[in-house]
Amino acid sequence: MKWEFENGRPIYLQMITMLKESIANGTYPPGSRMPSVRDFAIEAGVNPNTVQKAFAELERDGLLHTERTNGRNVTEDQAVLHRLRSSLAEESIDEMLRRLKKLGMNTKEIEELVADRADKNDALEGRPAEGTGEESK
Amino acid sequence: MNMLECTKLTKQYGSLTALDEMDLTLESGKIVGLLGPNGSGKTTLIKIANRLLQPSSGELKIAGEVPNEHTKAIVSYLPDRTYLPEWMKIGELLEFYQDFFEDFDMARAQELLKDLAIPSDRPMKKMSKGTKDKVQLILTMSRRAKVYLLDEPIAGVDPAARDYILRTIIANYEPDALVLISTHLIADVESVLDEAVFLRQGKVILHESIDSIRERTGESVDAYFREVFAC
Repeated sequence: MKWEFENGRPIYLQMITMLKESIANGTYPPGSRMPSVRDFAIEAGVNPNTVQKAFAELERDGLLHTERTNGRNVTEDQAVLHRLRSSLAEESIDEMLRRLKKLGMNTKEIEELVADRADKNDALEGRPAEGTGEESK
Repeated sequence: MNMLECTKLTKQYGSLTALDEMDLTLESGKIVGLLGPNGSGKTTLIKIANRLLQPSSGELKIAGEVPNEHTKAIVSYLPDRTYLPEWMKIGELLEFYQDFFEDFDMARAQELLKDLAIPSDRPMKKMSKGTKDKVQLILTMSRRAKVYLLDEPIAGVDPAARDYILRTIIANYEPDALVLISTHLIADVESVLDEAVFLRQGKVILHESIDSIRERTGESVDAYFREVFAC
Protein backbone atom coordinates (compact mmCIF):
# COMPACT_ATOMS: atom_id res chain seq x y z
CA MET A 1 0.00 0.00 0.00
CA LYS A 2 1.28 3.46 -0.87
CA TRP A 3 0.82 6.13 1.75
CA GLU A 4 0.82 9.72 0.60
CA PHE A 5 0.22 12.58 2.98
CA GLU A 6 -0.93 16.06 2.17
CA ASN A 7 0.80 19.13 3.50
CA GLY A 8 -0.38 21.18 6.41
CA ARG A 9 -2.39 18.59 8.34
CA PRO A 10 -0.95 16.48 11.14
CA ILE A 11 0.06 13.11 9.73
CA TYR A 12 -1.67 11.11 12.48
CA LEU A 13 -5.02 12.75 11.60
CA GLN A 14 -4.56 11.81 7.95
CA MET A 15 -3.60 8.32 9.01
CA ILE A 16 -6.78 8.02 11.12
CA THR A 17 -8.90 8.97 8.11
CA MET A 18 -7.09 6.48 5.85
CA LEU A 19 -7.42 3.70 8.42
CA LYS A 20 -11.12 4.40 8.93
CA GLU A 21 -11.68 4.19 5.19
CA SER A 22 -9.73 0.93 5.01
CA ILE A 23 -11.83 -0.55 7.81
CA ALA A 24 -15.09 0.72 6.28
CA ASN A 25 -14.33 -0.71 2.85
CA GLY A 26 -13.13 -4.05 4.19
CA THR A 27 -9.42 -3.75 3.38
CA TYR A 28 -9.12 -4.64 7.06
CA PRO A 29 -12.13 -6.97 7.49
CA PRO A 30 -14.13 -7.24 10.73
CA GLY A 31 -12.29 -9.37 13.29
CA SER A 32 -9.02 -9.36 11.33
CA ARG A 33 -5.75 -8.75 13.06
CA MET A 34 -3.98 -5.43 12.49
CA PRO A 35 -0.23 -5.35 11.81
CA SER A 36 1.96 -4.35 14.75
CA VAL A 37 2.75 -0.67 15.22
CA ARG A 38 6.31 -1.19 14.04
CA ASP A 39 5.34 -3.24 10.96
CA PHE A 40 2.72 -0.71 10.06
CA ALA A 41 5.18 2.17 10.45
CA ILE A 42 7.71 0.44 8.21
CA GLU A 43 5.11 -0.24 5.54
CA ALA A 44 3.71 3.28 5.57
CA GLY A 45 7.12 4.92 6.00
CA VAL A 46 6.03 6.89 9.06
CA ASN A 47 7.07 7.36 12.65
CA PRO A 48 5.95 4.51 14.95
CA ASN A 49 4.67 7.02 17.52
CA THR A 50 2.37 8.44 14.84
CA VAL A 51 0.94 4.99 14.17
CA GLN A 52 0.55 4.39 17.90
CA LYS A 53 -1.38 7.65 18.22
CA ALA A 54 -3.68 6.78 15.31
CA PHE A 55 -4.32 3.24 16.63
CA ALA A 56 -5.11 4.65 20.10
CA GLU A 57 -7.67 7.00 18.57
CA LEU A 58 -9.32 4.14 16.69
CA GLU A 59 -9.43 2.14 19.91
CA ARG A 60 -11.21 5.01 21.65
CA ASP A 61 -13.73 4.99 18.79
CA GLY A 62 -14.29 1.26 19.31
CA LEU A 63 -13.02 0.38 15.83
CA LEU A 64 -10.04 -1.57 17.11
CA HIS A 65 -9.59 -3.49 20.30
CA THR A 66 -6.51 -4.92 21.88
CA GLU A 67 -6.45 -8.39 23.29
CA ARG A 68 -3.57 -9.38 25.46
CA THR A 69 -2.94 -12.63 23.67
CA ASN A 70 -4.11 -11.84 20.20
CA GLY A 71 -2.79 -8.41 19.29
CA ARG A 72 -4.98 -5.69 17.89
CA ASN A 73 -8.13 -6.59 15.99
CA VAL A 74 -10.75 -4.81 13.93
CA THR A 75 -14.13 -4.75 15.65
CA GLU A 76 -16.81 -7.22 14.61
CA ASP A 77 -19.57 -5.01 16.02
CA GLN A 78 -21.80 -4.34 13.01
CA ALA A 79 -23.43 -1.35 14.70
CA VAL A 80 -20.04 0.32 15.14
CA LEU A 81 -19.07 -0.43 11.54
CA HIS A 82 -22.40 0.89 10.31
CA ARG A 83 -21.90 4.12 12.26
CA LEU A 84 -18.39 4.40 10.80
CA ARG A 85 -19.67 4.13 7.23
CA SER A 86 -22.42 6.64 7.93
CA SER A 87 -20.06 9.17 9.45
CA LEU A 88 -17.54 8.84 6.59
CA ALA A 89 -20.39 9.25 4.10
CA GLU A 90 -21.67 12.31 5.95
CA GLU A 91 -18.21 13.88 5.88
CA SER A 92 -17.98 13.40 2.11
CA ILE A 93 -21.45 14.81 1.57
CA ASP A 94 -20.78 17.81 3.80
CA GLU A 95 -17.59 18.50 1.87
CA MET A 96 -19.45 18.27 -1.43
CA LEU A 97 -22.23 20.56 -0.18
CA ARG A 98 -19.69 23.15 0.95
CA ARG A 99 -18.08 23.22 -2.47
CA LEU A 100 -21.35 23.34 -4.39
CA LYS A 101 -22.75 26.10 -2.18
CA LYS A 102 -19.57 28.04 -2.90
CA LEU A 103 -20.48 27.73 -6.58
CA GLY A 104 -23.78 29.40 -5.74
CA MET A 105 -26.07 26.38 -5.93
CA ASN A 106 -29.02 25.94 -3.60
CA THR A 107 -30.09 22.74 -1.85
CA LYS A 108 -32.86 21.94 -4.33
CA GLU A 109 -30.57 22.28 -7.35
CA ILE A 110 -27.99 20.10 -5.63
CA GLU A 111 -30.56 17.41 -4.83
CA GLU A 112 -31.72 17.26 -8.44
CA LEU A 113 -28.19 17.19 -9.77
CA VAL A 114 -27.15 14.42 -7.38
CA ALA A 115 -30.13 12.27 -8.37
CA ASP A 116 -29.39 12.90 -12.04
CA ARG A 117 -25.69 12.00 -11.72
CA ALA A 118 -26.51 8.91 -9.69
CA ASP A 119 -28.81 7.68 -12.49
CA LYS A 120 -26.19 8.40 -15.13
CA ASN A 121 -23.46 6.64 -13.17
CA ASP A 122 -25.69 3.62 -12.57
CA ALA A 123 -26.39 3.50 -16.29
CA LEU A 124 -22.67 3.66 -17.08
CA GLU A 125 -21.85 0.90 -14.64
CA GLY A 126 -24.57 -1.25 -16.18
CA ARG A 127 -22.97 -0.98 -19.61
CA PRO A 128 -20.60 -3.95 -19.98
CA ALA A 129 -18.39 -2.68 -22.83
CA GLU A 130 -17.27 0.71 -21.48
CA GLY A 131 -18.10 0.54 -17.80
CA THR A 132 -14.67 0.56 -16.16
CA GLY A 133 -16.11 1.87 -12.92
CA GLU A 134 -13.83 4.91 -13.20
CA GLU A 135 -16.66 7.27 -13.98
CA SER A 136 -18.65 6.32 -10.94
CA LYS A 137 -16.11 7.80 -8.54
CA MET B 1 14.33 10.82 30.12
CA ASN B 2 16.72 13.46 28.79
CA MET B 3 19.14 11.65 26.51
CA LEU B 4 20.92 14.66 25.07
CA GLU B 5 21.19 18.00 26.79
CA CYS B 6 23.10 21.09 25.66
CA THR B 7 23.61 24.03 27.97
CA LYS B 8 25.06 27.21 26.49
CA LEU B 9 27.03 24.94 24.17
CA THR B 10 29.52 27.00 22.17
CA LYS B 11 32.09 25.99 19.57
CA GLN B 12 34.41 28.44 17.90
CA TYR B 13 36.77 27.74 15.04
CA GLY B 14 39.06 30.78 15.27
CA SER B 15 36.82 33.75 14.67
CA LEU B 16 33.95 31.61 13.33
CA THR B 17 31.22 30.67 15.80
CA ALA B 18 29.73 27.31 14.79
CA LEU B 19 27.60 26.82 17.90
CA ASP B 20 26.48 29.89 19.81
CA GLU B 21 25.38 29.26 23.44
CA MET B 22 23.01 26.56 22.23
CA ASP B 23 20.41 25.20 24.66
CA LEU B 24 18.67 21.99 23.61
CA THR B 25 17.09 19.04 25.42
CA LEU B 26 16.10 15.85 23.59
CA GLU B 27 14.21 12.96 25.17
CA SER B 28 14.39 9.22 24.68
CA GLY B 29 11.84 7.46 22.50
CA LYS B 30 11.80 10.20 19.89
CA ILE B 31 12.99 10.50 16.28
CA VAL B 32 14.20 14.07 15.93
CA GLY B 33 15.20 15.93 12.77
CA LEU B 34 18.18 18.24 13.15
CA LEU B 35 17.38 20.64 10.36
CA GLY B 36 19.26 23.63 9.09
CA PRO B 37 21.08 25.01 6.07
CA ASN B 38 24.73 24.21 5.41
CA GLY B 39 26.96 25.75 8.05
CA SER B 40 24.24 26.04 10.70
CA GLY B 41 26.13 23.78 13.14
CA LYS B 42 24.52 20.35 12.64
CA THR B 43 27.69 18.33 12.14
CA THR B 44 29.58 20.27 14.83
CA LEU B 45 26.89 19.39 17.36
CA ILE B 46 26.98 15.71 16.41
CA LYS B 47 30.78 15.63 16.54
CA ILE B 48 30.79 17.10 20.03
CA ALA B 49 28.27 14.46 21.10
CA ASN B 50 30.75 11.83 19.86
CA ARG B 51 33.74 13.53 21.51
CA LEU B 52 35.35 14.11 18.14
CA LEU B 53 35.36 17.81 19.05
CA GLN B 54 35.55 19.61 22.36
CA PRO B 55 33.23 22.52 23.11
CA SER B 56 34.81 25.99 23.48
CA SER B 57 32.44 26.63 26.39
CA GLY B 58 29.17 25.33 27.79
CA GLU B 59 28.43 21.62 27.85
CA LEU B 60 26.72 18.74 26.16
CA LYS B 61 25.58 15.68 28.10
CA ILE B 62 24.47 12.26 26.91
CA ALA B 63 22.28 10.50 29.48
CA GLY B 64 23.68 12.89 32.10
CA GLU B 65 27.37 12.48 31.25
CA VAL B 66 29.75 14.55 29.17
CA PRO B 67 30.89 12.43 26.19
CA ASN B 68 33.30 9.75 27.42
CA GLU B 69 33.84 6.01 27.05
CA HIS B 70 30.50 5.27 28.77
CA THR B 71 28.52 7.46 26.41
CA LYS B 72 30.35 6.01 23.41
CA ALA B 73 29.09 2.60 24.48
CA ILE B 74 25.47 3.77 24.18
CA VAL B 75 25.76 6.11 21.19
CA SER B 76 25.61 4.68 17.68
CA TYR B 77 27.04 7.16 15.19
CA LEU B 78 26.72 7.36 11.43
CA PRO B 79 29.20 9.95 10.11
CA ASP B 80 28.45 11.95 6.99
CA ARG B 81 31.23 10.22 5.07
CA THR B 82 32.57 6.71 4.57
CA TYR B 83 34.90 5.86 7.43
CA LEU B 84 35.27 2.09 7.21
CA PRO B 85 38.65 0.75 5.99
CA GLU B 86 38.51 0.09 2.25
CA TRP B 87 40.31 -3.25 2.45
CA MET B 88 37.87 -4.77 4.95
CA LYS B 89 35.41 -7.44 3.86
CA ILE B 90 31.83 -7.66 5.11
CA GLY B 91 32.62 -10.57 7.41
CA GLU B 92 35.58 -8.69 8.90
CA LEU B 93 33.50 -5.56 9.41
CA LEU B 94 30.94 -7.52 11.39
CA GLU B 95 33.65 -8.96 13.65
CA PHE B 96 35.18 -5.49 13.96
CA TYR B 97 31.88 -4.08 15.18
CA GLN B 98 31.29 -7.00 17.51
CA ASP B 99 34.71 -6.46 19.08
CA PHE B 100 34.14 -2.76 19.60
CA PHE B 101 30.52 -2.62 20.72
CA GLU B 102 28.90 -4.73 23.38
CA ASP B 103 25.43 -3.78 22.13
CA PHE B 104 26.10 -4.98 18.57
CA ASP B 105 23.47 -7.46 17.39
CA MET B 106 25.34 -9.76 14.99
CA ALA B 107 22.24 -11.73 13.99
CA ARG B 108 20.35 -8.59 13.07
CA ALA B 109 23.26 -7.25 11.00
CA GLN B 110 23.61 -10.54 9.14
CA GLU B 111 19.89 -10.63 8.44
CA LEU B 112 19.94 -7.07 7.03
CA LEU B 113 23.04 -7.73 4.95
CA LYS B 114 21.47 -10.85 3.52
CA ASP B 115 18.80 -8.66 1.90
CA LEU B 116 21.53 -6.72 0.11
CA ALA B 117 23.04 -9.94 -1.24
CA ILE B 118 26.69 -8.91 -0.88
CA PRO B 119 29.19 -11.79 -0.79
CA SER B 120 30.87 -11.78 2.63
CA ASP B 121 34.35 -11.88 1.05
CA ARG B 122 33.87 -8.69 -0.98
CA PRO B 123 35.98 -5.81 0.31
CA MET B 124 34.56 -2.31 0.78
CA LYS B 125 36.63 -0.94 -2.10
CA LYS B 126 34.82 -3.23 -4.56
CA MET B 127 31.42 -1.81 -3.61
CA SER B 128 29.50 1.08 -5.12
CA LYS B 129 29.05 4.25 -3.05
CA GLY B 130 25.38 3.36 -2.55
CA THR B 131 26.20 -0.10 -1.21
CA LYS B 132 28.88 1.27 1.12
CA ASP B 133 26.33 3.71 2.51
CA LYS B 134 23.89 0.88 3.14
CA VAL B 135 26.52 -1.30 4.83
CA GLN B 136 27.45 1.59 7.11
CA LEU B 137 23.84 2.21 7.97
CA ILE B 138 23.25 -1.47 8.74
CA LEU B 139 26.24 -1.57 11.09
CA THR B 140 25.02 1.60 12.83
CA MET B 141 21.42 0.41 13.20
CA SER B 142 22.42 -3.09 14.33
CA ARG B 143 23.60 -1.74 17.65
CA ARG B 144 20.99 -1.78 20.42
CA ALA B 145 21.97 1.73 21.36
CA LYS B 146 20.32 4.39 23.52
CA VAL B 147 21.17 7.20 21.12
CA TYR B 148 21.53 7.05 17.33
CA LEU B 149 23.25 10.07 15.79
CA LEU B 150 22.81 9.94 12.02
CA ASP B 151 24.62 12.69 10.13
CA GLU B 152 23.05 13.24 6.69
CA PRO B 153 22.00 9.62 6.14
CA ILE B 154 20.04 10.41 2.97
CA ALA B 155 22.27 12.99 1.30
CA GLY B 156 22.96 12.22 -2.35
CA VAL B 157 21.01 8.96 -2.64
CA ASP B 158 18.30 8.03 -5.14
CA PRO B 159 14.65 7.78 -4.02
CA ALA B 160 14.67 3.99 -3.73
CA ALA B 161 17.79 4.06 -1.55
CA ARG B 162 16.25 6.85 0.54
CA ASP B 163 13.19 4.68 1.23
CA TYR B 164 15.45 1.75 2.10
CA ILE B 165 17.42 3.91 4.53
CA LEU B 166 14.38 5.40 6.27
CA ARG B 167 12.69 2.02 6.57
CA THR B 168 15.86 0.45 7.94
CA ILE B 169 16.02 3.17 10.58
CA ILE B 170 12.35 2.76 11.58
CA ALA B 171 12.59 -1.02 11.60
CA ASN B 172 15.70 -1.26 13.76
CA TYR B 173 16.03 1.55 16.29
CA GLU B 174 15.34 0.63 19.89
CA PRO B 175 11.91 2.01 20.90
CA ASP B 176 13.26 3.77 23.99
CA ALA B 177 16.22 5.30 22.15
CA LEU B 178 16.72 8.82 20.85
CA VAL B 179 17.28 9.00 17.09
CA LEU B 180 18.74 12.26 15.82
CA ILE B 181 18.79 12.63 12.02
CA SER B 182 20.57 15.64 10.58
CA THR B 183 19.52 16.68 7.10
CA HIS B 184 18.55 19.54 4.88
CA LEU B 185 16.19 17.30 2.86
CA ILE B 186 13.18 17.84 5.08
CA ALA B 187 10.42 16.71 2.75
CA ASP B 188 12.03 13.28 2.59
CA VAL B 189 12.19 12.66 6.34
CA GLU B 190 9.20 14.61 7.59
CA SER B 191 6.83 11.64 7.94
CA VAL B 192 9.28 9.64 10.07
CA LEU B 193 10.03 12.40 12.60
CA ASP B 194 8.43 13.17 15.95
CA GLU B 195 10.09 16.54 16.36
CA ALA B 196 12.02 19.11 14.38
CA VAL B 197 14.91 21.23 15.61
CA PHE B 198 15.71 24.19 13.35
CA LEU B 199 19.28 25.44 13.60
CA ARG B 200 20.46 28.81 12.36
CA GLN B 201 23.94 30.16 12.86
CA GLY B 202 24.63 27.84 15.76
CA LYS B 203 21.41 28.53 17.64
CA VAL B 204 18.16 26.58 18.03
CA ILE B 205 15.47 28.82 16.58
CA LEU B 206 12.65 26.25 16.79
CA HIS B 207 12.06 22.96 18.60
CA GLU B 208 8.54 21.64 18.08
CA SER B 209 6.65 18.47 17.23
CA ILE B 210 5.94 17.83 13.54
CA ASP B 211 2.19 17.56 14.16
CA SER B 212 2.18 20.83 16.05
CA ILE B 213 4.08 22.68 13.28
CA ARG B 214 1.65 21.34 10.68
CA GLU B 215 -1.36 22.27 12.78
CA ARG B 216 -0.07 25.73 13.70
CA THR B 217 1.17 26.79 10.27
CA GLY B 218 -1.16 24.85 7.96
CA GLU B 219 1.96 23.90 6.00
CA SER B 220 4.32 20.99 5.76
CA VAL B 221 7.47 21.33 7.85
CA ASP B 222 9.39 21.51 4.58
CA ALA B 223 7.35 24.50 3.36
CA TYR B 224 7.62 26.18 6.74
CA PHE B 225 11.38 25.63 6.78
CA ARG B 226 11.72 27.32 3.37
CA GLU B 227 9.78 30.28 4.71
CA VAL B 228 11.87 30.59 7.86
CA PHE B 229 15.15 30.28 5.99
CA ALA B 230 14.18 32.27 2.89
CA CYS B 231 17.05 34.44 1.72
